[in-house]
Amino acid sequence: MTLTPELKDALLFVAIIVVKILVITHVLLGACAYTVWLERKLIGRMQNRWGPTRVGWFGLLQPLADALKFIVKEDLLPPGVNRPLFLLAPLLAVALGLTSLAVIPFGETVTIAGHTEALQISGMTDPNGGGNAPIFDPNVGLLIILGVTSIGVYAIALSGWSSNSKYSLLGSLRASAQMISYELALGLSLVGVVMLGSSLSLREIVNGQAAPAAATGWHQIGFLHWNFFSGFQFVAFFIYLTAAFAETNRIPFDLPEAETELVAGYHTEYSAMKFAMFFIAEYANMFTAASIATLLFLGGWHSPFEGLSFIPSLPLPAIVAAFVPTFWFVLKIAFFIFFYIWVRGTLPRFRYDQLMGFGWKILLPASIANIIVTSAIVAWRAAP
Amino acid sequence: MIHQVLFIIFGGICVAGALNLLLQKHPISSALSLIVVMGSLAALYLLLGAQFVAAIQVIVYAGAIMVLFVFVIMLLNAGKEEHTKGSRIAMWFGVPSVAALLGMVLFILLQRGKVDYQIELGAFARPTREVAILLFRDYLLPFEVTSVLILVAIMGAVVLARKEQ
Repeated sequence: MTLTPELKDALLFVAIIVVKILVITHVLLGACAYTVWLERKLIGRMQNRWGPTRVGWFGLLQPLADALKFIVKEDLLPPGVNRPLFLLAPLLAVALGLTSLAVIPFGETVTIAGHTEALQISGMTDPNGGGNAPIFDPNVGLLIILGVTSIGVYAIALSGWSSNSKYSLLGSLRASAQMISYELALGLSLVGVVMLGSSLSLREIVNGQAAPAAATGWHQIGFLHWNFFSGFQFVAFFIYLTAAFAETNRIPFDLPEAETELVAGYHTEYSAMKFAMFFIAEYANMFTAASIATLLFLGGWHSPFEGLSFIPSLPLPAIVAAFVPTFWFVLKIAFFIFFYIWVRGTLPRFRYDQLMGFGWKILLPASIANIIVTSAIVAWRAAP
Repeated sequence: MIHQVLFIIFGGICVAGALNLLLQKHPISSALSLIVVMGSLAALYLLLGAQFVAAIQVIVYAGAIMVLFVFVIMLLNAGKEEHTKGSRIAMWFGVPSVAALLGMVLFILLQRGKVDYQIELGAFARPTREVAILLFRDYLLPFEVTSVLILVAIMGAVVLARKEQ
C-alpha cells in the first residue's frame, strides 16, 4: 500500500496532535501530583511541621506512594447510590478538568527537524513555515474555557445527588450555588481584558501584551505592557483571582468540602481511584485558573524583561530558545500555585452567608464598574 | 472527509440523546440527555465553523439553563414518572397531526431535493466581530426588543409566583 501525499499529511497531523495531547496531559498530571507534595510541604512548614519526609528524599516519592495507594485500595460502591451517575460524575470531573488544556497556549512555535509546530494543542501553523509562521488558534478560546467551567458544575451536582447521602448532597448544593454565583463575577472581570485585546482568542490577547518593537524609553520595559499594568486591570485581576478561588473550591471558599461540617462534602461516598479523580480534577482546575490569570493579566509567555536591549540574550541552541517563553509561562503559573497554598495557610474559612454576600454585593458590582472604567479607557485611547 | 465523519458521529449522538430524553423514565436522566443534545448541537455548530455560536450554546444552554433544570429536579426530588393509559384526544388527534407534519416536511424536502445551493461545512467561519456587528448595528432593534420580551416574561413569573397578601 502506498500513501498519497495528502494521506501522509493527514496521518502526520493526527500523530502530532496525539503526541501533543499525551505529553501535555502527562506533564499536567505529574504537576498535579507534585503540587500535592508541595502543598503538604509548604503547609507543614507554615504550621511549624516537616510535612512528608519518609518516602524518598524530602518525601519526594510521596506522590508515587499516594498514587499506588489509590490504585490498590478497595473500590467501594455504597448501596443506595444511583449507579450510572455515581460512576459518571468523577469521569466527567476529570475529563472537563483536562479539556481546558486544549486551548491554552504556552509559547510560540518550536521547529524540530524542519517541522514547525505551535506550542498549543489546538494551535495550527504552517509546518514548513519556519519559526515566524502565523499561528491560528480557536478564535473563542476564552469562551471555550468558560463553557467547560460551566459544564463542570454537573460533575459536582451529580456526585452529590447520586451518592444518596445528606453530607454529599449538602456539599454539592453548596458547591453548585457557589460556582454559579462566582461564575458571574469571574466572567465579567474578564470583559475588560477582552475589550483591551479586542479578541477572544487567548493567543491574540497575549500578543497584544508584548512590547512593540519600535518602543523607546520606558515603553521598552516588557512588563509595563501587561494588562495588569498598562490596561489598568488590577481591580479585574483581584476580582478574577478571588472568583477563581471560589470556582476551584479552595480555602477560604472551601465550604463544599468543609471537613468540620460535612465530612468531605460532595465526594464523601467516593473511595480509591474515584476519589482521586475528583482530587485530580480540583488540581487541574487550579492550573487552568492560574493559566488564565497568567495569559490575560500577566502577559502569558512574555518575559518581564522583554525589549530591554541592554540585557544580553544567552547563546542558547534554537530548540532550547523555543522553550524559553514556556519557562516564563510555567514560572508565572508556579507563582499562582504557591499563592493558592500560601492563602490556604493564612486565611480561615468564610461563613456561607458571607460568601454569598461577598460574591453578589461586592465582586459583581466591582466587576461591572471595572467594565465601565475600562470601556472609557478604550474609548479615550481610540479617540483621534 | 473527516468533517463528514464527525458530522455523522455528532448528528447520531444528537438524535440518540433526543430519543433517550423521551424514553427515560427518570427526570434526571431526561435532563442529562437534553444536555447531551445541546452539547452535540454545539459540536455541529463548530463543524460549520461558527465557533462563537458553539461556545455560547454550551455556556448558555448546556451550562446555565440546564443547571437550573437539574437543580429543580434534584431539589423537588421528583421520582419516576407514572404512565397513564393515554388520553383519547392524543390518540385521535395527535397521531394524525404528527403524521401530517412529517409528511409535509418529507414532501418539501423531496420537492426541493435538487437545490442549486448547499451549506458547506465550515461555511460560517467568521470572526466574532461580525456577529457583534450584526447584533449591535444591523439588527439592534429586534435584539433589544427580545430582551424586553424576556424582561416581561420574568415579571410575569414573579407575579404568578407571588403569594396573595
